[in-house]
Amino acid sequence: MGILVIAEHDKHAIRGATLNTIGAAVQLGDDITLLVAGSNCGAAAGAGAGITGVSRVLHADAPHYDHGLAEELAPLVAACSEGMTHVLAPANTFGKNLMPRVAALLDVGMIADVVSVESADTFVRPIYAGNAMATVKSNDAVKVITARATNFDAVEAEGGAAPVEAAGNLTDPAGLSGFVSLDSPESERPELTSAKIILSGGRGFGSGENFRMLEDVADKLGAAIGASRAAVDAGYVSNDYQVGQTGKIVAPDLYIAIGISGAIQHLAGMKESKVIVAINKDEEAPIFEIADYGLVADLFQALPELSAELDKLD
Amino acid sequence: MKILVPIKRVVDYNVRIRVKKDGSGVETANVKMSMNPFCEISVEEAVRIVEAGKADEIVVVTIGGRQCQEILRTALAMGADRAILVETDLAVQPLAIAKLLKAIVEKEEPGLIITGKQAIDDDNNQTGQMLSALLGWPQATFASSIEFTGGGIRVAREVDDGLETVDIKLPSVVTTDLRLNEPRYVKLPNIMKAKKKPLDVMTPDDLGIDVTPSIEVLNVADPPARSAGVRVADVQELVDKLHNEAKVI
Repeated sequence: MGILVIAEHDKHAIRGATLNTIGAAVQLGDDITLLVAGSNCGAAAGAGAGITGVSRVLHADAPHYDHGLAEELAPLVAACSEGMTHVLAPANTFGKNLMPRVAALLDVGMIADVVSVESADTFVRPIYAGNAMATVKSNDAVKVITARATNFDAVEAEGGAAPVEAAGNLTDPAGLSGFVSLDSPESERPELTSAKIILSGGRGFGSGENFRMLEDVADKLGAAIGASRAAVDAGYVSNDYQVGQTGKIVAPDLYIAIGISGAIQHLAGMKESKVIVAINKDEEAPIFEIADYGLVADLFQALPELSAELDKLD
Repeated sequence: MKILVPIKRVVDYNVRIRVKKDGSGVETANVKMSMNPFCEISVEEAVRIVEAGKADEIVVVTIGGRQCQEILRTALAMGADRAILVETDLAVQPLAIAKLLKAIVEKEEPGLIITGKQAIDDDNNQTGQMLSALLGWPQATFASSIEFTGGGIRVAREVDDGLETVDIKLPSVVTTDLRLNEPRYVKLPNIMKAKKKPLDVMTPDDLGIDVTPSIEVLNVADPPARSAGVRVADVQELVDKLHNEAKVI
């Protein structure tokens, strides 16, 4: 009996959403195994051992586990799931790609995007872009789960001293797929899903060039920059900026939506933010229905003013 | 090569859904239903692949009630050649859907399966990956471009860090993301033509698949309400509130 958490890592460090996933796991039990699978990822396994709440680290190291290809990882995770009651991963593109494949290999259903643990077999998850919350009970022997990072507190990355064991049941290479490249925009800004403040822009900006007006204010606030689907579709910024039902789910302390009307699918990605500010020239925009502070204004005037007011604070 | 495109009928994305008072689910009676947007993108992509001469037949399949014939006809009007309805009134869950699709794959032997990354009702994002696992095929999820290479495909995937490119062998399963293409509008003559295209109906029993759900839905409720706050007059007041009242900057 035990709980298996699949670590997302960059070979050296465990990524933040995994800490929230362990935060969900500790609500299910205290026998938590962290699987760190990859190629030359000993440093990440070592980092995993230090995470509070982890009982042991299973380190699976082989060239074919590089880049987290689901075809290679899923059989390994399925093998490591033997004797486990729960298998968890973060509900991001890493977990969403991998975990359904694991569930199918185990011949069990899967519970995606869990936002609350009610008991060992009962969970709450959003459906219809978060416009309804479903409480679901799994009757499967193993519960395969992805957990929403924004709904579980991260455990401490340090303070633990779990033993690291080399996984004994390494699976053979599937050889079905190959990693080619990752095109990841360089940014000095905080990561969207872990930022305390997010400044998000929509179609109101009118062009990619105008969209960059956000950068000045974002720098002053130490904020991450996000975007609505409309802004991404229009090509103002790349897909990794998108907040919403099918993009990233965020819940910062402060979310400032500028020139975003507030389509249902956008609200699905940010309405758990602690404080929401909307700046929009259309006073009927739905975003105002969920904003704590609403300002009806033209963003091209409001942004420079905001920048100037922030200077006065210091 | 044949392309199989599994699609789903869902509450139209423009509809503001209502949770049933008894907590049993979401109201779908007398509500506009449509093809899931990601499924439309999948049909469009398959049609473009055929138009480019890389494949020669498109079979669309859905699992659900009799009314699902509507979206199959839409897909046929977009350019699919044949349709299959696996008729059931049960709410079939992703693993059982994947098993039904696997049974169809064994009959149809497609070289490529293209399906939406998620349906906008249950937001599960599971079926494509599960089907791929059951078949032992490679998968490329969240696709924003598909390019044919010698013997396989190169897919750009929308991931949290940006765009990841992978090479996968065929046969394979691809799940589509929003920016893969813009689906075409269906023209009237094509709607007429679609009525004459073959549409086979079968049941889960015909395929020998048990579709009993392993996950019970105990309750469906409204999300916690978030009420509108205050309007501020200008940027100065906004910054003052954020600094002194909310204390977030």
